[in-house]
Amino acid sequence: MYNYAEYEVKRDKDKCVLCGRCIKECSNLVHYYKETENGKILLADDVKCVNCHRCVEYCPTRAIKIVKSDLTFKENKSWSAQNIKEIMKQSASGGVLLSSMGNPEDFPVYFDKIVVNASQVTNPPIDPLREPMETRVSLGKRTREISRDEKGNIITDVPPRLKLSMPIMFSAMSYGSISYNAHKCLAEASERLGIYYNTGEGGLHEDFYRYGKNTIVQVASGRFGVYKDYLEAGAAIEIKMGQGAKPGIGGHLPGAKITADVSRTRMIPVGTDAISPAPHHDIYSIEDLRQLVCSLKEATENKKPVIVKVAAVHNIAAIASGIARSGADIIAIDGFRGGTGAAPTRIRDNVGIPIELALAAVDKRLREEGIRDNVSIVAGGAIRNSADVVKAIALGADAVYIATSALIALGCHLCRSCQQGKCNWGIATQIPELVNRLNVEEGADRLCNLLTAWNNEIKEMMGGMGINSVEALKGNRLMLRGIGLNEKELEVLGILHAGE
Amino acid sequence: MNIEAKNKSYTEINAAIADSDDVLVSGCNGQRFIGAGTGGKKIEILGIPGNALGAYLNGSEITVKGNAQDAVGDTMNDGKIVVYGGVGDAVGYAMRGGSVYVKGNAGYRAGIHMKEYRDKKPVIVIGGTAGSFLGEYQAGGIIIVLGIGVKGEIVGDFCGTGMHGGKMLLRTNVPPKDLPEQVKCVKATVDDVKEISGYVKEFCRLFGQDEKEITDSDFYLLTPNSASPYKRLYVMN
Repeated sequence: MYNYAEYEVKRDKDKCVLCGRCIKECSNLVHYYKETENGKILLADDVKCVNCHRCVEYCPTRAIKIVKSDLTFKENKSWSAQNIKEIMKQSASGGVLLSSMGNPEDFPVYFDKIVVNASQVTNPPIDPLREPMETRVSLGKRTREISRDEKGNIITDVPPRLKLSMPIMFSAMSYGSISYNAHKCLAEASERLGIYYNTGEGGLHEDFYRYGKNTIVQVASGRFGVYKDYLEAGAAIEIKMGQGAKPGIGGHLPGAKITADVSRTRMIPVGTDAISPAPHHDIYSIEDLRQLVCSLKEATENKKPVIVKVAAVHNIAAIASGIARSGADIIAIDGFRGGTGAAPTRIRDNVGIPIELALAAVDKRLREEGIRDNVSIVAGGAIRNSADVVKAIALGADAVYIATSALIALGCHLCRSCQQGKCNWGIATQIPELVNRLNVEEGADRLCNLLTAWNNEIKEMMGGMGINSVEALKGNRLMLRGIGLNEKELEVLGILHAGE
Repeated sequence: MNIEAKNKSYTEINAAIADSDDVLVSGCNGQRFIGAGTGGKKIEILGIPGNALGAYLNGSEITVKGNAQDAVGDTMNDGKIVVYGGVGDAVGYAMRGGSVYVKGNAGYRAGIHMKEYRDKKPVIVIGGTAGSFLGEYQAGGIIIVLGIGVKGEIVGDFCGTGMHGGKMLLRTNVPPKDLPEQVKCVKATVDDVKEISGYVKEFCRLFGQDEKEITDSDFYLLTPNSASPYKRLYVMN
């Protein structure tokens, strides 16, 4: 029997007024009253606690704190508590371990080993407070040649593009994996900010068609909710081939989460499993991918750019080269720290590569092959702050996708229990009482605040480098230096070591 | 309107289709995506259309007087596709509504991940045989394989893997071999066959077959035994 508590609920008895607010707030049923000879007391079942801080933040007398349990196994380097506990869980259930959010393992975070340049003496830094800084970007195929009509006028008929006010978009999270309110926050914030959010593979709720010009609609292997109106509703169409948190495997939304509303959006009956097969069974090659890209363009009159999203894996540069020749306009690459609502633990923790290395490799390969202008590159997979955005762009990205950061802005405390569907913050759940906890207006405000702040920080960092537009920062590896990286790592990243 | 497809790209053919509600495409020779996403059109094709014929079809009727290639009716939402020949792989992939009638044989992965939704119940009727992986991940709708003129097995390997909705009716004395655990295979009752009689009738009307001869044969009925086949697979970590 598995009953080890990872966290302990500490209740300050002097402060607690036994109001029971913690009981009401906790969907995991941690807190409960007990009658004793001396009256009612409040207790907690620590085993059920996921450390989401809902009770901590809503306790009116601030009487609660959650601490990591100091109960330890007799651990050693190979037999960590995690390894021991997982064996206990699996031997009790026979189940495949299911986790959520991105790879938490101790792999290097290259963004943290890269530093950014600044201008000193030889060229002046730019003050973004007094000089214009351009953070608008446009994504899609670039025409390499200027062509003119008979009268000599330049033909401005370029392939469809996405126009962003800053090089940041919200990456795919389906309605089903996150709540209606969470989706609405993302849609609302995208409209206000002039960027895009992404439906994920769960279809588009009828209420959100009005945000179409700020929406990227996704087509994944299950093709849930994909039909003419849906394809036409968005500003771009994303073909999901893979996801950083679970490269090579499909998705599986259990029947229990297919509520009436989710069923309408996915266009499947209530209560049946929504299974997304690992491959698209009409895509077994780059030629087949080209077929899907072209059929989507044909069905939408060539008015929308097509994004192909892949997980960062070993041969990512060659894969991206194929995609850049498939007719796609944008490649989205998702690193192994990218989040998820649910993924098998072993896949999440052991499959895929860091986005920094994948991005640098892809940008380099496409440049070498002379096809970099065929596509824009969007990088995702744990972009945590504006410095990560700046570094990603300097490594070759046109823009980034964020999701975990956006969820934290909405109230997520990163307890990483999405797979249980009982999110106390109303984000990764379909339980109406919990969903209602997420205030849409407030959530959208917070997202706007976050990205406005990041945009200002990007301007400041660029100004410091003496660069006044994202376009000039793109692929500008001279602005980066590595610290404590070995020669191979520097070679793949295409940057010099600090001091060089 | 009559479009001579020779030397025309699919874009040109589809542009012509967009301009007319009733189109005859003659001399078709492998052009892809014909009729993709359209609704309310009547499209007749002489020759062989290329891959993804009628992809995302939204209500149009397409008739092919010849064979068709891969991914006919991919992610089709509504409408009807009739093929007076055989079709390639992945016919009706992720199809949600409408019907596909194929006179001859179908390739691999026919009806894969077909699903249904409310009043939408997609149907694929295959006159001859179907290749391996028929109805893989089937989540809804009906797949009918008639095996006309075929002795022995009428479907390939791995039939119904991952099936979790809908049903298949196979006109054969030989049930598919090695069916996965979650697929239930029984001899169809008279009522089971009666339920698909409308589709069989339409098939016979289209392709000049004898309805009674077809319905008076043995059918096997394949259904999933769980709408949630993978529920027990996981443990929360």
